Amino acid sequence: MFPKWFDKWNNENPTNIYGPAILVGALGTAVTVAAFLVVVGQPFKGESLQSGPRGTGMSRAEFVSDLARPDPTIEVMYTEAPYIPEGGEPLASEIYQNVQVLGDLTEDNFNRVMLAMTDWVAPEGGCAYCHGDVDLEEYGNDDLYTKVVARRMIQMTQNINEGWDGHVNVNKQVGVTCYTCHRGQNVPSDIWFKMGSVNKAAGGWAAVQNRVTVQSQYTSLPSDALETFLLDYGQIGVHDLESHVAEYPSEGIQTWQHTERTFSLMNYVSNSLGVNCVFCHNSRAFYDPEQVTPQWATEQLGIGMVQEINNDFLVPLEGEYPPERLGPVYADAPKAACKTCHKGYQQPLQGTNVIADWPELATTGAPVYE
Amino acid sequence: MAEYQNIFTQVQVQGTPEWGMETEQSGQERMGKPGFSTLVGWIGNAQLGPIWLGWTGMVSLATGILALNIIGLNMLAQVGWSIPEFIRQLFWLALEPPSPEYGLRIPPLNDGGWYIIASFFLLISVMSWWARTYLLAMEHKMGKHIFWAFGSAIWLFLVLGLFRPILMGSWSEAVPYGIFPHLDWTTAFSIRYGNLYYNPFHCLSIVFLYGSVLLFAMHGATILAVTRYGGDRELEQIVDRGTASERAALFWRWTMGFNATMEGIHRWAWWFAVLTPITGGIGILLTGTVVDNWFIWAQEHHFAPMYDGSYGYEAYGSYETFIGQEN
Repeated sequence: MFPKWFDKWNNENPTNIYGPAILVGALGTAVTVAAFLVVVGQPFKGESLQSGPRGTGMSRAEFVSDLARPDPTIEVMYTEAPYIPEGGEPLASEIYQNVQVLGDLTEDNFNRVMLAMTDWVAPEGGCAYCHGDVDLEEYGNDDLYTKVVARRMIQMTQNINEGWDGHVNVNKQVGVTCYTCHRGQNVPSDIWFKMGSVNKAAGGWAAVQNRVTVQSQYTSLPSDALETFLLDYGQIGVHDLESHVAEYPSEGIQTWQHTERTFSLMNYVSNSLGVNCVFCHNSRAFYDPEQVTPQWATEQLGIGMVQEINNDFLVPLEGEYPPERLGPVYADAPKAACKTCHKGYQQPLQGTNVIADWPELATTGAPVYE
Repeated sequence: MAEYQNIFTQVQVQGTPEWGMETEQSGQERMGKPGFSTLVGWIGNAQLGPIWLGWTGMVSLATGILALNIIGLNMLAQVGWSIPEFIRQLFWLALEPPSPEYGLRIPPLNDGGWYIIASFFLLISVMSWWARTYLLAMEHKMGKHIFWAFGSAIWLFLVLGLFRPILMGSWSEAVPYGIFPHLDWTTAFSIRYGNLYYNPFHCLSIVFLYGSVLLFAMHGATILAVTRYGGDRELEQIVDRGTASERAALFWRWTMGFNATMEGIHRWAWWFAVLTPITGGIGILLTGTVVDNWFIWAQEHHFAPMYDGSYGYEAYGSYETFIGQEN
């Protein structure tokens, strides 16, 4: 392969090249890595937010590169400041037919809200998505299910902003609008349906778990946590609050199986908010109300809010929907939970104040413009 | 020098297979034609076979295979007998114990009945294998150390699947047979009873487990380090201490002032290994039967101090700063 003189020279001058080769290789790699780090910087730089006393490990860690990327839906959110009424303008309920909600608005503001709703919920379908492809005079008709549902959703939005102020405005004014859930889609992402038994070959506890489902967040934990807790008001706490309790597995006693279901819900909440257990709890004593963060109380309100949203607003609409909007197993109405609004962020739309421009959606009564 | 620094065993003996002692029945008892595998020789003795099962081994294998098949076929039934789904969801699938309402009664087949049957066969399988370790040791005129060591693991196995469910009055307390589901049980069990880390027997079990790891690493390293002086012939060196043993002992005595002996180190290892499941089993047995909330129990016994400091991220930073949107 090599010329003869080369082999000859090599034979006459035996040299251990392996020792130096390892040295040169190691040094060379070290220099390259060091140069990379100096020039490019640490590619996996992390940042953490402490959430409890030192020594408890309560902290949330994120990659800086992830934190630097804001929720892309914030930038494309449509909003428009209200037209402050001067008094005396005719109201929407006087101008248009069949205005059951938002009737206290002036014509300008009414149309402003309608336009925004179109952009938030049906940017492609436009006005016709709810009103149908008809003349303006016919817009009062309730022919389409989308319009009936939209009306109820407006009431729901007003109710959330007014009645659940303690959850949606806990840190500062944030509020919710249609966009908080819809984000430009006809049907919001991360809605859920009842699953019931996911395992037809077994009964009891075995029937509701050990399946890769969205409801179990792809774990083997029970798939019925959302329906048990966020629809049926099931008991979430599983602990005994004394060190010794004379009770044994039977009706009404919280067992390890119930604990798995609670764990399933908690895991869902964590994923919905992009946080971990110690965002709310000191994980050494999950049940202890003396070792939780203020976010735990916010979450308690959130659970109550979701229960009300589902039972008072979403489930009663079941009869209005066409079959393709209903659940695959029970043909039930689509339901909401944490992720429907939060979409994986600690605060929906990363705490963007979405309600400031929309006093019409902030109250169940007549809007107050400032 | 480098010839001693290897990942695999360096010395392999291959030749006429060794059959063991000749007895009248040895021809019938010992099954399988012995052979050699270089690959196996890298991690142990290169000779494979013959094997002596005996009636305990036969019973154990048969019932073990039965139990495994009951579990597997239940899992297969749960995915509608679809092999691709069985493979896809294998780690999620489980044969679960009965629901709590059946207590210690026999539940329907589809709600824990199969679980009880599989557990019954598994119990026979494990116990007859345990008997086999005794009988084999007896025939070899050995001590019964392996039998007792396996017994400590069986103690934990029986606590989980037999003793504790009986004390709790329900088979539903047993552990599911499944990859992820048995881990779910572990987590849920700890959380339900107020955090198992505050259970002193759980602490002891961890001490012995990690201790076993440490001892194994120290002993393994020591013996490999003196293999060049014949240190791998440990048993001879117990009675005839040669230079290998001497150096190994001196190394540790000069390192920490104390050293085990060629005999003593094996007693250390045996006790640490055996005490891991014994203490763990005691901890499990007390949970839910005697103590229902280990954290509160720890507070009552003054070893769960409260921490000073605020709860909630607001005391340490702001969300807006964290996501880089402060203004």
